[in-house]
Amino acid sequence: MAQAQASKFKNPVVNWIDSRLPIFTMLDHEYNHYPMPRNVNYLWAFGAIAGIMLVVMIATGLFLAMQYSSHTSLAFDSVERIMRDVNYGWLLRYVHANGASMFFIAVYIHMFRGLYYGSYKAPREILWILGVIIFLVMMGTAFMGYVLPWGQMSFWGATVITNLFSAFPIVGDPIVTLLWGGFSVDNPTLNRFFALHFLLPFVLLGLVILHTAALHVCGSNNPLGIEPKGPQDTVPFNPYVTIKDGFAVVVFFIVFAAFVFFMPNYMGHPDNYIPANPLVTPAHIVPEWYFLPFYAILRAIPDKLGGVIAMFGSIALLIVLPWLDTSKVRSCKFRPIYRQFFWILAVDAMVLGYAGAMPAEGAWLIIARVGTFYYFFHFLVLLPVLGKIERPRPLPNSISESVLKGGGHIAAGAHAKPMEKA
Amino acid sequence: MRALKTAILSAALALGIAGAAQAAEGVHIPKQSWPHAGIFGTIDKASAQRGFQIYKEVCSTCHAMHLVPIRTLAGIGFTEDELKALASGYEVQAGPNDAGEMFMRPGVPADRFPSPFPNDQAARAANGGALPPDLSLMAKARVGGEDYIHAFLTGFEEAPAGVTVMPGMNYNKYFPGHQVGMPNILMPDGVTFADGTKATVEQQAHDIATFLTFAAEPHLDARKQMGVKVILFLIVLAGLMYAVKRKMWSTLH
Amino acid sequence: MAQTTHPPGTGGHAASGDGATRRDFLYLATGAVGVVGAASAAWPFIDSMNPARDTLALASIDVDLAPVAEGQAITVTWRGKPVFVRHRNAKEIEEAKAVNLGDLRDPVADDARVKKPEWLIVIGICTHLGCVPLGQKVTDPRGDFDGWFCPCHGSHYDTAGRIRKGPAPANLVVPTYAFTGDTKIRLG
Repeated sequence: MAQAQASKFKNPVVNWIDSRLPIFTMLDHEYNHYPMPRNVNYLWAFGAIAGIMLVVMIATGLFLAMQYSSHTSLAFDSVERIMRDVNYGWLLRYVHANGASMFFIAVYIHMFRGLYYGSYKAPREILWILGVIIFLVMMGTAFMGYVLPWGQMSFWGATVITNLFSAFPIVGDPIVTLLWGGFSVDNPTLNRFFALHFLLPFVLLGLVILHTAALHVCGSNNPLGIEPKGPQDTVPFNPYVTIKDGFAVVVFFIVFAAFVFFMPNYMGHPDNYIPANPLVTPAHIVPEWYFLPFYAILRAIPDKLGGVIAMFGSIALLIVLPWLDTSKVRSCKFRPIYRQFFWILAVDAMVLGYAGAMPAEGAWLIIARVGTFYYFFHFLVLLPVLGKIERPRPLPNSISESVLKGGGHIAAGAHAKPMEKA
Repeated sequence: MRALKTAILSAALALGIAGAAQAAEGVHIPKQSWPHAGIFGTIDKASAQRGFQIYKEVCSTCHAMHLVPIRTLAGIGFTEDELKALASGYEVQAGPNDAGEMFMRPGVPADRFPSPFPNDQAARAANGGALPPDLSLMAKARVGGEDYIHAFLTGFEEAPAGVTVMPGMNYNKYFPGHQVGMPNILMPDGVTFADGTKATVEQQAHDIATFLTFAAEPHLDARKQMGVKVILFLIVLAGLMYAVKRKMWSTLH
Repeated sequence: MAQTTHPPGTGGHAASGDGATRRDFLYLATGAVGVVGAASAAWPFIDSMNPARDTLALASIDVDLAPVAEGQAITVTWRGKPVFVRHRNAKEIEEAKAVNLGDLRDPVADDARVKKPEWLIVIGICTHLGCVPLGQKVTDPRGDFDGWFCPCHGSHYDTAGRIRKGPAPANLVVPTYAFTGDTKIRLG
C-alpha cells in the first residue's frame, strides 16, 4: 500500500502550512491511510451515510432558517411562504423534513449493525457511549425541529413531550414551566426551540468528530469481530472505502430522492398542515415514526412517572450495554443462540413501533407491554446470562485467512468479489 | 445476504410504521384515479380551472384560502391579463390612508384571495357556530388528501335509520363522526363550465379536488419533473461508482 | 483528496496500457458526473437567497399623483425603498434646466431625468452610502440647490436630483416608471 512519507506533500503551500499546523498530516493519517478491515460489508457504510445526512440537514436547515419566522403568529405562514414563494423553498423544506427521517433510518441501521457485530465491546465502549449521546441529541433536535412549523402536531407534540417532565415529583412542574417560558406551550417556547434547534446540530457535529476520533483510536470493528493482525487484514480507507461508502451514499440518496420528490408527506402527518390550535387536540396524536418504539414504552406503563422512567431508561441502558453483555465474542456470527435473540429484538423494536402508532387501548396496549417487557428482558437479563452460558463457535485465526478461504456463507460482503447483485 | 436483509427489514420498519400511523385513522375513503398521481403525473389544468371556478362561485362564500396568492393561478394556465382581470374583481383592504382610515381597493395578482370573513369569530357567527376551514392546504391536511375531498363532497346522504342528526348538522358518509355543519352544496349543473364539461356532482367534486391539490402544492409538477431527473442522474452516478468500486477492489489480492 | 494518495487501484501489478486507459476514463467520467451533481445541488441553495416570488410580485406598484399639489412632494415605498415624487413648480424646473452640464459631476440634462417636466421621480437614497436625504417636507433643509440635502455626509442635490456638492458620486437614481394616465404612474 504505497505508504509514502506522510508528512511530505508535493504542494509547497500545503507543506508550509503543514509544518506549522499539521492538519494535512492528520487528515492524511486519519482519512487516507486509516486501515479499514478488508472484510467490512455495506452495513459499515451507514456511519458515513449518517454523517452525510447531518451535513445535508445543516445545509438545508441553514437556508431554511434564512426564511423562517419563529413567532407563533408567523411561523406557519412563513413555512408556507417557503413552500410557495421562495425559490426552491419546497425542495429545501422537503429535503429537510424527509432528511430527518432518512437520518434516523441511517442511524438505526448503524446502531443495529453495532448490536449485531458487538461493536460496543471493549475497547470500543466510549465510541459506543458517544454514539448513544449522539442519538439522544438527535432525538432532541428532531423533536424541536418538528415543533417549528407550528402545525397541530407541532403544538401538541411539544405539549405532550414537555409534559413528560411533569411526572417527576416536586421538581417536575417547575421544570415544565421553565421549558415553556410560560404557562403553556407558546411563543417563548417556539423561540427557544428554534434557538436550540439551530444550536444542537453543531453540538452533534462536535460529538460526531469525537465519535470518529474515538473510532480511530481502536479502529473499526468488522463482521468477524476479531482484530486485524496486520496490513494483510486491512485496506487503506482511501480510495477503497471512500468509493465503497460513496457508492452506498448515492444508493441511499436514490431512496431519499424517491421520498422527497414523489411522496414528500408520506412520513409526515396531515394534521401538521393545520395551524396550531391550543384549544383543540387532534383525535390521534402520534410522534414522528422514529420515536414510536419509545412512545410505545411510555404508554405501556400504567403509571405516569413509571412510563417516563421506562422510556428514558430504555435509552439510558444502552449506555451501560458494553457491561451488560458478558460475552467475550463480539460478532453474532459466532454466537448461535444470541443471534436468534438479536432478531427477536429487531422484530420487537418494530412491533413496539407499530404499537406506538396505534391507539393505546385493547390488544395494542397488551402487545406494547409484552414488547416493553422483552426489550428490558433482552438487555438486562438475556445479555448478561447468555454471555456466561452460550458456547460460541470457533473464531477464525485472522481476517485474511477467513477472506481467502472464501469460507463465508454470510456477511462477508466485501471481499475481492463484492456482492454479485443488489 | 444478511446485510441486505437487515437493510430491507429496516426500510420495512420505517415504511410499515408510517403506514400504520396513516391506517390508524379509520374511515375508509375510496381511491380515485388522478392525472396528477404517479411519477409522471401532472395537474390537469383544465380540471383545476373548473375547480377554481367552483371555488370562486360556491366554496369561497364560506371558505377562505388565505395562503394562496391570486398570481399562483398562472400555474394552471391563467394569463397575466386574465389574472389582472380576476384580481381586480376582488376588493382588498388597504391603508391606512392619509386620514388614518382603512379603505378597499381593487385587488392585484400579488394579493392573496380575500377571506369571506374578517376573523374566525365572524365566520362561526355566520355559520351556526361551525368554522369553515381554510382551503389553502386542505389537500394535504386531511388523511386521504384529494381522495378525501372527493369522498367528502360526494358523501352527503340521508342519515341511516337510527342516527339522529343534530339540528344544523348534515350527515356525511366520510366525515369523521358523520355529522358536519356544512350542507351538501354541490348540485348537478350548479355551475356552468365555460368549456362545456357537464357539471355533474361527481365532476365538480373531482375538479375541486384537483384544484385544491394544486392550491396546496403549486410546485407539484415541477417537483415530479425534477425528481425524475434527479433519480435518473443518481442511478447513472451509482452505476459509475459501482464500476469504479469493482475495478479498485479487483486489484486487491 | 490529499496529496500522497496512491493512484486508485494500483495494486502493484501494472495493468496493460489499454486497461489503464479504460480505467482512467471510468474514473474521470465518474468524477465529472459527481462534480456536475454537486454543482447542480448547490444551485437551489443559492437561488433560495434570491428574491422570492412574493417579493417579485410586488415589484411594480401604481401611484396616483393627483393629490400632490404643485410645490409638494410625496414619498412612496417601492421595493422597500423610498421613492421621491416632487411636483416641481416653474422656478424649480427653470433652475434644473438652467444648469451648465459641464459643471456637473454626473452630467445629465434635466429632460433626460423626467418624463413630464413637472414631475420629478427619483429613488430617495443618497448615492454615497445609502442614507435618505432631507428635502421632502417644506420644513426640511433642501441644501444649497433647492433639491435635497443628505444629513449623513452633507451631499447636496438639485431640483433634478443631481449631485452638486458633497461626497456622493452620482445623481439620485431615476427608477423605471411609466405614466399610465395624466397623473398616474406605475413604478417598476
